[in-house]
Parts: sequence; C-alpha cells; structure tokens
Amino acid sequence: MTTQRQQILILWLASSSLDTRVLGWAFHDGTAGAGPQPVGDPPYSTGVDAMTHGWRMIQMSPLLPAHPGQERETSFLKHEFTFERILDVP
Amino acid sequence: MTEAVTGALLNTDQMAAFVSRGFLRFDAVVPAEINAQAMEELPTLFRAWLDEFRGPASDPAVDTAGGVPLPRSGTMLAHAYPEHSAFARMVRVPEVAGAIASLVGIDPVVDHHFVHLKKPGDLTAQGLHCDAIIDHGQAFDIQLFWFPHDVSPGAGGTRFVPGSHLRHVNMDDISRYQHLAGEEYYSGTAGTVIIFHQGMWHAGAPNRSDTLRVMGKLRLNPTQRQLRLWDTADLDERNRADDHFFALSEQGTVASRLRGSEPWFEPSVHRLETVQRAHLWRYLTGDEGFDVDWYLTRTEHRAALDAKEAGR
Repeated sequence: MTTQRQQILILWLASSSLDTRVLGWAFHDGTAGAGPQPVGDPPYSTGVDAMTHGWRMIQMSPLLPAHPGQERETSFLKHEFTFERILDVP
Repeated sequence: MTEAVTGALLNTDQMAAFVSRGFLRFDAVVPAEINAQAMEELPTLFRAWLDEFRGPASDPAVDTAGGVPLPRSGTMLAHAYPEHSAFARMVRVPEVAGAIASLVGIDPVVDHHFVHLKKPGDLTAQGLHCDAIIDHGQAFDIQLFWFPHDVSPGAGGTRFVPGSHLRHVNMDDISRYQHLAGEEYYSGTAGTVIIFHQGMWHAGAPNRSDTLRVMGKLRLNPTQRQLRLWDTADLDERNRADDHFFALSEQGTVASRLRGSEPWFEPSVHRLETVQRAHLWRYLTGDEGFDVDWYLTRTEHRAALDAKEAGR
C-alpha cells in the first residue's frame, strides 16, 4: 500500500519569464527522504528545465508596480516560482 | 584599554568594495597568541551571555565562570574591554583598527558582542537572516566576525550573501532562500576577520568536522558622520561622476567597482542596487553629484526641469 506525498521546489529566476536562469532555489520534502532528491546546485538551469523533469508549477509571483516613493528600493528576490510533484511512497 | 584605537586606514578601492559587496575580509591578520587567548576566553563570553539571558546572575555584568565583564551597550570601544582581553587586543590589530576607523570612525561604541559556537557534527543549517530590523538611512554599523582558529570547508564557517547588505528585509523573513548563486561559506586560516555592513544576509552553517567552531562577533555603532574617514589620497582621481557603462567608462574608477553585479542579482534589480550604492557613496564622500552609469544624474536633471516648469 502506498501513500501520496508532496515535494515542493521553489526557484527564483532572473526575470519574470520561466525560461530564464535560476538564481536561487529551495526544496521541501514531504516524503521525508523516501522520494528522489535534487541533484546539483542548482538542480535545474531554468524553470522550464524543471518542468521538463516532471515538476508542475503551482504559483508564480505577480508583477506589481513599486510602491510610490520606494521605486528604487530593493528587498526580496522578485521572480519566485513554486513547483510541486506528487509521489507515491510506501 | 583606554585610548581610541587607530591603524592602517583603508584605501578608496577597499571602501568602494565594501559599499559594493558589503564586506571586507582580512585573512590571518590576528596573531596566533591572541587567537589562542580567544579560544580560552570566547567560550566563556558565550556563557556570560547565557547567564544574562537567563537572568539569575548576581552581577549580570560579570561572568562568574571567567570573570570576563560584558560591556554595556553604548560603551566606547576603547573602554569596553579590559586592555589585555582577547577582544581588546583583536581590535588593536593594525589592519582591524584601521578598517574600524575608516568605516565607523575612531570612537565607535559597542552595540553588543556575541560568541557563536558550532559543535562538531551539528548539521543544523540556520535560516538566512540579517541582524536587528529593517534599517533606513545611509549611516551604518559594522559587525566584525573573528575566526580565531582554522576553519576548513564544511566545518561550520558562516554562510553569507555578498551584495545583500542594502536590501530592505526584516530579520529571518529571508530564511526561505536555502541556496543562492554566489553565496559564500567562510573557510580560512586562524585569525581571519571579516567586517560586514549591518545588513549582510548570513546564517550559521552545518559543522561537518570533528572540531568546535568558534566565532566572535562584535557590532559597533558609529558616533560621528561617516564622511571621508579612510585614506582619501586617491579619491579624487577615482571619483568620476560621469563613468558610464553605456558611454565612456574606465578601469579603476569608483564607479567600476560599484557597478559590479552578483550571481544572484536579477538584471533589473542590479541597476537598482547600483543606485543604492551610489547613494551610499554620496553619503561617505559628501559628493552629492556622484553617480554610476548616469541613473541618478538624468533623473535629477529631469526633476529639476519639472520643478522649474511647476514654478512658473
């Protein structure tokens, strides 16, 4: 008997387009190590590269205009894409 | 320790590197004897902090285990530590003293110190964070990270993200960033001191070695305007405001240093970072006309035209 568990991959990309370079990444493993693990740093070169390896994108950061007066301030990385894959685990 | 400490001042390129990347690294500058003393004293200072945190110490300014006093926040650096203590001796090392004087002046005050111990085999990866809260304005504190023993790769050397110091984020709101291109994990020779801008993103890293990792962190606040405190002999020749990547640019200018990108920067945000660095350089030099790649100049010229039109 198997149970379904979720893995989450977050990629921060160079622009708002999915086919641009990975600048950063994070992985959260709902299989507690039973499922396949990311290989390489980064594990994928672009968002599209992750999709071709079976990851489903479930969220992307919206494009929001800067707050008036804060147009030139910098803070968090802007282009965040969240992916999941659902795995059967024992 | 009763007198202000001075030493070899930074040069303009070192200051520009600090503004651009948020840190300066001084490898193996602290003599072995002081490092050995630190390996005795710093763990004691860690206990002192715990005692104060827990509250029951009879005299919260004194650690009963080692008799090492904790400085009160706001104490002048020159008066904060006993003359022969490890911290006092470290900040008198000429390279360190000169960098402190160049960045925050000769009379900074101690904000606090903290001793970070990473036990052998502790594989916990602390979440990425910056210290304190969101900061506004150009005046800045510095934080000295002193590694008094050799730290091999993977042995718990602090993780940090070059170029992150000017981003407005609050504490560990950035812990989501597990991996960023170009981030560094410290490793190096005993006696290395890294001086960070207060805003640097950093985190404790796993210690895969079989030795304790000791690091002493000291935060200093300036008490004077941070205006041309370094050795500015070469400033004028490097300080061109019209150095423009898309027009005419030269090697060796301050602008050439300040426009440097980091592997984790989005290209669009890189331009905004350049502007933030130019603002900080204006603060440090008092040169309100300074610019990198003309971003500020053209917008300020247009704003002046708008203001003139509005005043008619």
